[in-house]
Amino acid sequence: MSDLAFWILAVLLVAFAIGVVTARSLWRAAYSLAGALVTTAVLYLVLSSPLLAAVQLLLYTGGVLTLVVYALVVTASTDAGASPWRRPGAALVLSLLVLAVLATVAVRTGSVEHAAGTPGLGDGESAGVELFTRYLVPFELLSVLLLGAIFGALAIARREGSS
Amino acid sequence: MTLERLLLLSFVVFSIGLYGVLARRHVIALLLSIELMFNAVNLAILSVAWAHGWLTGVILVLFGIAVTVAEVAVGLSLFLLAERVRGTTAADDLSTLEG
Repeated sequence: MSDLAFWILAVLLVAFAIGVVTARSLWRAAYSLAGALVTTAVLYLVLSSPLLAAVQLLLYTGGVLTLVVYALVVTASTDAGASPWRRPGAALVLSLLVLAVLATVAVRTGSVEHAAGTPGLGDGESAGVELFTRYLVPFELLSVLLLGAIFGALAIARREGSS
Repeated sequence: MTLERLLLLSFVVFSIGLYGVLARRHVIALLLSIELMFNAVNLAILSVAWAHGWLTGVILVLFGIAVTVAEVAVGLSLFLLAERVRGTTAADDLSTLEG
C-alpha cells in the first residue's frame, strides 16, 4: 500500500517538477509548482508527519503561490524576450552531473526501511512540545526574521516619494 | 518505500530545479525553480528523519519552510523593484554588479 502510494506520488512529483522548468508560460510553471508542493505535502503524510503536511499546504503552497501569482498579475510580463532559455544544453549537462554525484550518495545509503524499534515522527503534539521547550530560542528568532522580511519587503517595493 | 528511493526522488527533483535555475531567463522562473530545489531538500531531510525516527528533522523542515517564505517575500519585492526601475524581467539584464 505504502509502496504503491510512493510510486504514484513520485511519478506525479517528477512530472510537476519537469512542468515547472519547461513550461513556456509562467502561469503554467506556477501552477505546476503548486502541484509539486501539494504532492510533497501528501508525501509528508505518507512519511507519518501530518503537522508538516498541513504547514506545507498552508504556508508554502498557499503563501508562496499567492505571492508569485500576485507578482505575475502586477507586472503582467510573463514573457522575457524571444526565448525563455539560455544555454539549455550546458544546463542539462551540469544538472545531470550533479544528479549523478547525488545518486551515488543515495545508493550508498542502501535500503533502510523505517526501523521497527525507532519511534515514529508522531503527531503534532510531540513536535509542538519540542518546538516550545528545546527549540524555543530559534523559534523566537524565526519570528524576528519574518518580521524583518516583512519590513524589508515593504521598504524595497514601496514607490519612491510615497511616504 | 525505502530511504534510498526517497532520497533518489528528492535528488531528481533537486536536479530538475537546478536545471531550471541554470536554463531559465525570467527572474520569476528562477525563483520558482529555487522553490523546487528547496522543496527537494526538505523532502530529503524528512526522509532521513523518518527512517531514523528523529523528531528534530520535523522541526528543521518547519524552520526551513518559514525561512523560505521570508526569502520569497524579499525576492519578489526585489523583482518588483527591478522591473519598475530597470524595466526588465530577464536575469541576464540585471548585471550591473558584475565586474
